[in-house]
Amino acid sequence: MIDFLGDVVAWFLDPAHWLGSGGILGRTWEHVQISAFSTVAAALVALPPAIWMGHRRRGGIVAVAVVNIGRAIPSFAIIALALPISIRLGLGLGFWPTFLALFALALPPMFTNTYTGIAEVDPALVEAARGMGMTESQITTRVEIPVAAPVIVTAIRVSAVQVVATATLAALVAWGGLGRFIIDGFAIQDNVMVFAGGLLVAGLAIATELGFAAFERRFVPSTASRSTSEDLLADVTVAPQHG
Amino acid sequence: MIAQVADQPFVRWDWIVDHVDDIWAATWEHIVLTAIAVGVGFVISLALSMLALRHRRTYGPITWVTGILYTIPSLALFAFLVPITGLTTLTAEIGLVSYTLLILIRNIVAGIDGVPASVRESAVGMGYTRRRLFLEIELPLALPVIVAGIRIAAVTTIGLVTITALIGKGGLGFLILRGLNLFYSPVGTTQIVVGTVMSVLLAVAVDLSLVGAERAMTPWARSRHR
Amino acid sequence: MRATCRPRVRETPEPMIELTEVTKRFRGTRAPAVDHLTLTITDGEVVVLVGPSGCGKTTTLKMINRLIEPTSGTISIDGVDVTGLEPHELRRGIGYVIQQIGLFPHRTVRENIATVPRLLGWEQARVERRVRELAEITDLGADMLDRYPSELSGGQRQRVGVARALAADPPILLMDEPFGAVDPIVRAKLQDELLELQRRLHKTIVLVTHDIDEAIRLGDRVAILSVGGHLEQYAPPEELLRAPANDFVADFLGSDRGIKRLSLIRIADIDLEPGPVVPPGTDVERARAVMAEYDTDWVAVVEGDRMLGWVTDDRLDGRSTIDGVDLEPFLTRLTPDDTLEEALDAAISSHTAIAAVFDDERFLGMITVERISREIVR
Repeated sequence: MIDFLGDVVAWFLDPAHWLGSGGILGRTWEHVQISAFSTVAAALVALPPAIWMGHRRRGGIVAVAVVNIGRAIPSFAIIALALPISIRLGLGLGFWPTFLALFALALPPMFTNTYTGIAEVDPALVEAARGMGMTESQITTRVEIPVAAPVIVTAIRVSAVQVVATATLAALVAWGGLGRFIIDGFAIQDNVMVFAGGLLVAGLAIATELGFAAFERRFVPSTASRSTSEDLLADVTVAPQHG
Repeated sequence: MIAQVADQPFVRWDWIVDHVDDIWAATWEHIVLTAIAVGVGFVISLALSMLALRHRRTYGPITWVTGILYTIPSLALFAFLVPITGLTTLTAEIGLVSYTLLILIRNIVAGIDGVPASVRESAVGMGYTRRRLFLEIELPLALPVIVAGIRIAAVTTIGLVTITALIGKGGLGFLILRGLNLFYSPVGTTQIVVGTVMSVLLAVAVDLSLVGAERAMTPWARSRHR
Repeated sequence: MRATCRPRVRETPEPMIELTEVTKRFRGTRAPAVDHLTLTITDGEVVVLVGPSGCGKTTTLKMINRLIEPTSGTISIDGVDVTGLEPHELRRGIGYVIQQIGLFPHRTVRENIATVPRLLGWEQARVERRVRELAEITDLGADMLDRYPSELSGGQRQRVGVARALAADPPILLMDEPFGAVDPIVRAKLQDELLELQRRLHKTIVLVTHDIDEAIRLGDRVAILSVGGHLEQYAPPEELLRAPANDFVADFLGSDRGIKRLSLIRIADIDLEPGPVVPPGTDVERARAVMAEYDTDWVAVVEGDRMLGWVTDDRLDGRSTIDGVDLEPFLTRLTPDDTLEEALDAAISSHTAIAAVFDDERFLGMITVERISREIVR
């Protein structure tokens, strides 16, 4: 065991493993790149309708259904399906299937959590704002979004971490990313590479989580931590899928 | 090659008919892996929850550790385990169980905490012992929240079992992986689709049965307020 | 509001619950919540602990069934120190009712009531009988037994709570603000029902409330506590109102102490006066003479024992007899069961400044404001 861990350390210390297109730095960049693209794209597509519907407090059933369906489809399946679909769309291998899959994965929880965050803004605040003469869009931008901000940022965080986690499977569709070390390692039965890859992937996922958490602490005013049982019952609909 | 693919059907129905046995075997393996993971996960979570409820200070560290386990991508977790426990069912189950812990513990604790204080006080005041209070009052009343947690854990696990295909297990993930390797042919896409659809059906079936079981176990929740 | 007959304390009162120098200090606070409290509650009486927030009344109550353990001092029930029993055994022998009731939502009314008997291991048939008995005693319909608490109204839930507490027929009942969570109309009804229950069952009841009116209404004896669990006065309500021990008690009782005392006296307990009354057909001169005799500006017209109404002097001008004049009715008709407080209210609301007392249609007599105030001064 100790020997094995020693090998892992040695693997990390080898500069050849760091540089080059297949090196740690390169792979990390690929991983971060695709994760960021997918998350941002999903946010751009999911947030506006979620906010709009949340403000109107219509379509809650749709929001719930969306995330339940999203959670029922395994992330592995989404990536696998993305490949033939991408080819048929003429988009080829590598980047596009990965992007499409991660995008599809990030959409449901981001949509539903944002919807819920906006819809659950204290109705008294909304009513007061309306009574003061704000237009509907002003209510949304000046009251609902700021109040729901912690929930929305959390939604983005949850989606981002999920995307980073699932991007490890990108190697299966001819993309890169840190998952490459694990999957290539399995293929050539190099346990050291596998383990090292695991560390890198886990590290990036945790770093993403902590990074967002730090951002939230600094820039987003927090509401009380939600874990009353009513919230957890509601969480049946909004908890993230795992990848 | 790409032009070829575009001409061919996405799903080969005859393949499905020919391989019903394989599909069923994969589904069954999937069910077994899920059941073991959720079952073992629940037992461990129940024990840890009771610890956390008795000694509040342990709740923080417990959620911290299970939270980290939850954040680690599944493939990475398997990457850590394979060098140690090999490409075995044990490896798969250790990983799968780890992902259920956070959700189940969180829900069990919150469910018990959600029991109204007045109910607890009146029960103790009437002479309930700690043990009977937990079994007869707190646990039944916490059931809806606990079952909500089991639902999430079960559906999540069903999804994760597919990834265990990469370490030689997989259930329906095995079909998906094989399909991926043949992605350029209809046989490949068929397997991906079958694997996906069966996973989804399984997840929906489990989810609905748990909802049904919960309804059956909580007749009092059905009555309306006057 | 009716003053129902309060059960008399037994001829030879036996101490049932004895608190001796009981003190409770909570961690983190300097002053004790309850400071060397000594109190004896006798068998079959209703004792109400009342006082402002922080006076330790609830803490004291909870020390009796050991939900809170005293820091020092002893509590004994029927001569036995409460620490001699396992807490859960002790509690199965004491009825406990709290403000939010705490009915088990996942059990039917029947199952809720059967809780302690089941804990004690009674056999099924006995439990069934007892549940039906209690439903009858607490006025719960048989159709309610198979409902769930969420289907009941606040008042009904309260009754189930009381039935549940009495299920194993404990000699003692502890009640912590039991009627606080319902509206005043329901509360008055529940208080009446409790008094009726006590009349039948003769339990030893310790009740905590912050409402002095409730304390006066329900208690055979009332213990007034000040912050820190200091016993300021412990006496029957009538004595408290008549002779408060100090300024704190007087303030707590309120500046309408005198009127509160009136709520404890029934009309039946005092003598009624006939009042300025004349039969029909009386001439105006005679009527005016009666008015002068009673120093009023009105007379009432009574035929036999039927009250026809009253009329003021000015309306008799230019007439020879009182016949043919429109008579005013007495709008409020009191009965012997009503209290002097209600009589006072009727009297000061009427031009006549009296309260008219009836037994159904029979006119019994009148009470003047002076007569009422003499009752207090006595």
